[in-house]
Amino acid sequence: MTVENRYDVIVAGAGHNGLTAAAYLARAGMRVLVVEKNDWIGGAAVSRSLHEGWTYSNCSYVCSLLRREIARDLELPKYGLQVIPYEGGASFTRDADYFAYYSDHNALKREMARHSAKDADAYRGYSQAIMRQCRFIRPFLLRDAPDPASLHPRDLGELAYLVKKAHGQGSRELGETLKFWTMSIGDFLDEHFENDLIKAHLAGSGIIGTGLGVYSPGTAYVLLHHYMGDIDGGIGAWGFARGGMGAISNAIAASFKDHGGTIHTGAGVEKILSKDGRVEGVALEDGKVFYAPVVASNMDIKRTVLHHIDAAELPDDFTKAVRNFKIRGSSAKLNIALDRFPNFPAAPEHTSFLRGDLHVSQSLFELEKAYDDWKVGRWSEKPYIDMLIPSQIDPTMAPTGAHMMTVFVQYAPYDLEVDGVRSAENWNEKQRTAMAETVLDQMSVACPDIRERVVHMEVRSPLEIEREVGLTEGNIFQGELTFDQLFFNRPVPGWSQYSLPIKGLYLCGSSAHPGGGVMGAPGANAARAILRNETRHGRMKGYAA
Amino acid sequence: MSIFTDPKLGLIPGPFHKKLEEQNRAQNWYDWAGYSAPGVLDSVEFEYFALRNQASLFDISPMHKYRLTGPNTTAMLNRLMTRDVRKIGVGRVGYAIWCDEEGMVIDDGTLFHLGDNDWRLCCQEQMLTWLLDAAWGFDVSVVDETHCVAGLSLQGPTSYAVLEAAGLDVSKLKPFDLSQIHHDLMISRTGFTGDLGYELWCDWDKAEALWDRLWTGGAHQGLRAIGYEAVNLARIEAGFLTAGVDFQPVHATERLHRGQTPFELGLGRLVDFNKGHFNGRRELLSKRETPRSLLMRFDVEGFKPSEGSLIYNRRRKEVGHITSGIWSPTAKRNIALAHVRMPDASRSSGLKAEIYTLQEGKWDTRMARLTPVNKAFFAPPRARATPPART
Repeated sequence: MTVENRYDVIVAGAGHNGLTAAAYLARAGMRVLVVEKNDWIGGAAVSRSLHEGWTYSNCSYVCSLLRREIARDLELPKYGLQVIPYEGGASFTRDADYFAYYSDHNALKREMARHSAKDADAYRGYSQAIMRQCRFIRPFLLRDAPDPASLHPRDLGELAYLVKKAHGQGSRELGETLKFWTMSIGDFLDEHFENDLIKAHLAGSGIIGTGLGVYSPGTAYVLLHHYMGDIDGGIGAWGFARGGMGAISNAIAASFKDHGGTIHTGAGVEKILSKDGRVEGVALEDGKVFYAPVVASNMDIKRTVLHHIDAAELPDDFTKAVRNFKIRGSSAKLNIALDRFPNFPAAPEHTSFLRGDLHVSQSLFELEKAYDDWKVGRWSEKPYIDMLIPSQIDPTMAPTGAHMMTVFVQYAPYDLEVDGVRSAENWNEKQRTAMAETVLDQMSVACPDIRERVVHMEVRSPLEIEREVGLTEGNIFQGELTFDQLFFNRPVPGWSQYSLPIKGLYLCGSSAHPGGGVMGAPGANAARAILRNETRHGRMKGYAA
Repeated sequence: MSIFTDPKLGLIPGPFHKKLEEQNRAQNWYDWAGYSAPGVLDSVEFEYFALRNQASLFDISPMHKYRLTGPNTTAMLNRLMTRDVRKIGVGRVGYAIWCDEEGMVIDDGTLFHLGDNDWRLCCQEQMLTWLLDAAWGFDVSVVDETHCVAGLSLQGPTSYAVLEAAGLDVSKLKPFDLSQIHHDLMISRTGFTGDLGYELWCDWDKAEALWDRLWTGGAHQGLRAIGYEAVNLARIEAGFLTAGVDFQPVHATERLHRGQTPFELGLGRLVDFNKGHFNGRRELLSKRETPRSLLMRFDVEGFKPSEGSLIYNRRRKEVGHITSGIWSPTAKRNIALAHVRMPDASRSSGLKAEIYTLQEGKWDTRMARLTPVNKAFFAPPRARATPPART
């Protein structure tokens, strides 16, 4: 062992959470190394140029969940991060109409009334119900999930905080909360609204990235997960990172390096080394070995535990629980370079809602059918699509006058069925192209000239997402966001506080509480746990502390 | 005549009013020196982000503008201003302040050096009487151009690209340079936002044509007309002061001791004692070391904007107040400008702001720690790059 290959902490994976953990630890004075298998950093928060002049946010494509405590602690604006909110959105119908979502309350109410006077009136109650849940859950994002079986003072303290918050809600609100956490988004929307198009528009956030249908229990929480973020305090607002989502990772990395951190790219972790139940370091694919008493894995729990640790080092029941962790791939992605702005014949001229998220799903029934296709191993015949043209707002993404489009596609299975056989290996160029054609057909509902506008297109099935980013089965959240896998059950019961059964080994990615999204919270929380458990002074500084 | 139809009452339209009215969805007009000016045209948030991310147009025509010409103009201005205006070359713009004989700041503004002994002063407060008084004994003519020169502030990272698309070449303009593009259009690389940006000056009756020209060029650059509320967020991030908010122009105060010296406003760098006599010099020499308070920049704990909060020291004694306080959407910090009395301002540790909040019918208060900040809250490198970037 030499000084050159010894560190205080090694972080495996330069995703935004790994970098966040690393940046906090470096600020606390630790010598930190981040290792990354790709030649670039960012994981799923990445910007790449695959066609000259255009930049894609290849994986994650919009930003809201990133905790402002973290942006402030790590001084991300100083290191180049600028987050820009976008306005509104719309769902287009097949008969040249649309439902537009405006950020302006009055405009939204008038638009809803155009489809249903009752729904326009009901919207206030709906949004208050959601906001009440957001208010309840937001404080927990940057706190540890208490272990309910533990008598440790900190767990008791966290549990007391939870009870106090829950008690403060009153019995009616608490009942509402428990119901909300377990019900389906379809049922929740049916309780409030009557119009199919409005319901379809609002339901999207309940299924994004999740292997569940709109009527599957637990999808109401998934919607909440997409609402609990904020931009500058505007809860539920979404935006773009200027320069693409990679700007977030790059800013965190710059903050990290400025505080003495080192990033080693181009070689992933082959093995997390341990001896006598204590972590020792990492061996990389390129043969290099680095040593540290603490290793934090930004990889998902399955990849970390099942592929990079000697099974003999781990308790069997833990390994079994990890094997059963649900992390199913359910989405695909198209990134498109456009020669100019596509034509949306239904939209009025100069409308603002085209700057937001655009959809073409007509009803909850259609969305549920799309889920049925996925269950049998096919991509949806009429997929849910979440498409945006960020280059309208972010001038850095495409040449002047040209545009960049990001299209999130749901559902697409990981283990694709072809001729009665389900396998990830079935994803090939032919299948990807066929899926892209299905998606382009679906997009044509909103913009019929889309095929003529395409200059370059990147098609990513769950398999590509797994292979390139490293997310098991291409699941964007590093594990599904259902109640059985959330809070003190995330990733598995008994191991919700970032440490794993090998001493000195931590989990700092979205498989840990509070879960997926470009939030940074798992990374910050893991850093706090590492400082508390592994250092003498033990205190993290900043708002995320 | 009924007061309801009296044409002399109310606000009057400025040179860009028709254009602004077309875009005014918020119906939010305010009184800027008698003109109806937009506080918000659409939404503060999206106007602000046009400014910081693409390009924004803000009508600054109601600013007071005075043209000073004649053989003694530079000498007269040097007697009036606290800084040495001889250092502002022809084709340059300088930020300046001027004081009364007590050393109290009358106003701040920008001085455009248009030609030999040819200057324009642009400021917030009315200044004609004071300029005429100051010009007494000098061979200088003072003309109020407020109502004949229109001004348009084009700010944001794509502002250079907007001008380029409109066929206006400003690639060589450095910050604080000005250029007479043609006889009825002047462009200066100036602004009140701390970002890349330009101010365009033309005759009142050429205003609409200029607006249209920019708009045609800016179609692909995300150009957006904006109101004052968005500009205000940007200027606080840049750490710029607003007259009547962050300082009291002494000519606009009845309580004369409410005036402030340049040193109290953190503008000591604009006072040059070596250049010869100027208004307020004697008093400023004696007041230099004894400021009563300091205008400070703070990073405020938490996320609640602190505007209007009182400031307390460690012993819970009230020692100042926040003049401007916002959550900065770009710096992602809770920022504030504040007056803090001496000696607490020089110690400046242990200060807290008492912030009041109203949420769903319940008032609350919280004490937020204040951390002094020396530099601007937001000062992007793109604001200084020449030639400027297009995005």
